[in-house]
Amino acid sequence: MSILPQIAFLLIFAAAGFFLYKRITYLRRNIFLGKKESRNDQPEARWKTMLLVALGQKKMFKRIIPAFLHLLIYVAFIVINLEVLEFIIDGITGSHRIFEPFLGSFYGVAMNIFEFLAIAVLVSCVAFLIRRNVMKVERFTKPEMKGWPTLDANLILVIEIILMFAILTMNATDQILATRGVEGYALLNGLFFSDMIQPLFFNMGDGALIIIERFAWWFHIIGILAFAIYVTYSKHLHIFLAFPNTWYSNLKPKGEINNMPEVTNEVNMMLGIPVEGSQEPPAEISRFGAKDVNDLSWVNVMNAYSCTECGRCTSECPANITGKKLSPRKIMMDVRDRAEEVGKSIDAGGPGFEDGKSLLGDYITKEEINACTSCNACVEACPVNIDPLSIILQMRRYVAMEESGTPAQWNAMFQNMETSFSPWKFAPTDRFNWADSVKNEEAK
Amino acid sequence: MSTYKVPTMAEMAASGDSPEILFWVGCAGSFDERYKAVTQAFVKILNKVGVSFAVLGPEEACTGDPARRAGNEFLFQMQAVANIQVMNGYNIKKVVTACPHCFNTIKNEYPALGGNYEVIHHSQFLQQLINEGKVALQGGGEFKGKKITFHDSCYLGRANDVYEAPREVIKALDVELVEMKRCKTKGLCCGAGGAQMFKEPENGKKDINIERTEEALATGASAIAVGCPFCLTMMTDGVKNKDREDDVQVYDLAEMIAKDMGI
Repeated sequence: MSILPQIAFLLIFAAAGFFLYKRITYLRRNIFLGKKESRNDQPEARWKTMLLVALGQKKMFKRIIPAFLHLLIYVAFIVINLEVLEFIIDGITGSHRIFEPFLGSFYGVAMNIFEFLAIAVLVSCVAFLIRRNVMKVERFTKPEMKGWPTLDANLILVIEIILMFAILTMNATDQILATRGVEGYALLNGLFFSDMIQPLFFNMGDGALIIIERFAWWFHIIGILAFAIYVTYSKHLHIFLAFPNTWYSNLKPKGEINNMPEVTNEVNMMLGIPVEGSQEPPAEISRFGAKDVNDLSWVNVMNAYSCTECGRCTSECPANITGKKLSPRKIMMDVRDRAEEVGKSIDAGGPGFEDGKSLLGDYITKEEINACTSCNACVEACPVNIDPLSIILQMRRYVAMEESGTPAQWNAMFQNMETSFSPWKFAPTDRFNWADSVKNEEAK
Repeated sequence: MSTYKVPTMAEMAASGDSPEILFWVGCAGSFDERYKAVTQAFVKILNKVGVSFAVLGPEEACTGDPARRAGNEFLFQMQAVANIQVMNGYNIKKVVTACPHCFNTIKNEYPALGGNYEVIHHSQFLQQLINEGKVALQGGGEFKGKKITFHDSCYLGRANDVYEAPREVIKALDVELVEMKRCKTKGLCCGAGGAQMFKEPENGKKDINIERTEEALATGASAIAVGCPFCLTMMTDGVKNKDREDDVQVYDLAEMIAKDMGI
């Protein structure tokens, strides 16, 4: 037997691995364009969150139909990857179905399970294509989905369908060859789904069948390697990033906005409170709030790369529901797009962040961030615990403290608070007047 | 004639007393014409039950919530640090407030600035009083058997996972509690959070409070219960906008309990 296919396989496998490594390095660097933030506390709670939300898909089940279809694809992805392991060993060693002799009759059972899952993926992907392109579910047709995001979503579904067809074709032709007693092909005890398409190939000769079987095999494994690389350019990155993303979830109450210690020192000095010096080294202050991706935390940027653009956040956002420009999904997509722009620029020896552009202004407008009610509906809705609100609030901080660019009515509110200690313009001395009438009322 | 008492922390401290709880009134509770009635109702309940409480009175200042959410961290911290100094000065341990924004800020955001207190929302406090049998509800009051819906405030619900306390309080009134389509974790904001209370909404096709009011009215409820001054304003405005103020009332939980107690 020729050793050529093994060499070809090894070369393709190594090239894919190398390219994937480069992509992962690139993505990692982009994520760490964000500022340092330590989120390693409470490891038990973090593991638990990851197991429930990422592995267990807990938050998906708020919408039962897509959750069920998504679960099928997800389980299939994990299980069929076991078969990919066999593909890789076969490819390297030149064997065919290397696990079959070891597993005996269970191998056939396993193959039937894989085929069932392949069919489940086919059905789910077709259903998802219909939801996106025929039913036009509203959250998939919002303005930020125009162009690449919609194409990306459809491409993923179509690629998955084709890959599943390849598995079924390979199994069907493989078993016809085995039935005919062609050397190297092991007869399994019936494959429920691929047996149904065997009639398509019955009148072909052994040679033609071997070619089709081999083609399907190569197509499937190369397809999977190519898909793995494609994922790094796609919204589909969530299949990997959902895990670290949920591990690094915000575990504090959702209503809590983080303190800015660099401000506290100044406030204490202004109020004449002794500053407990030398406890913490002064935080390096680049800027108050966030204007660009490097002002955000790396967790914010990882959030952006984890976003699969499902739009559940946007469909729950009160501002978006009532026609405002704000869309939490667009905030996440903008962060990723800007990180990509800067990352590519750096790699090309370009200006990086110094390109005269910024996240706030060139990607996200004040009108968008000003529309947020900080209600946390988007945070609650996200199936992988992405936090768009954190980004919006950091931008508001930049606008308020670096630009003094908040809306006039907010500036008036600030002024009232400074002078009257209330957001409304009332005399502080009148604050207790509400009690006058009660204090004169007869107690019952 | 014995009248209701509203002691201040300063008065208490002067006579060497310290109350069990500080009732944090908040700016809306102090100045907003409509919400002052809620403050008064809650104070009457505290009197009736005999809870040892005090207020800060003129020494209270805005928690800083809207400033922080509008991005002005300096102003937020100025308010917060000053309030913490006052509260720590009185050695306050436990705070009750009828405002979810104050509740969230004091509970979650003051600790980082040196203010550590047990903070509870008045819905939780009322639930405790009911459970302990301290509030004797007549149950035959004006709400008996009526359909009432509860609007979840973001800063009570999603922000702090308080969903059941207000519902338990409403159920204690022997009413039919009906839920809106979007409730609890999926509750829709009234439109006032994140400092939106203090500015006009951005351009859109609808105001958020109208969207929410329509949903509340669709339940067929004769009253909308809330636990937040901003929600109260937004829902009341929404009901007026829909010309339903004659047959649909908007109440705070404390008002409903006080009414049922006949005070």
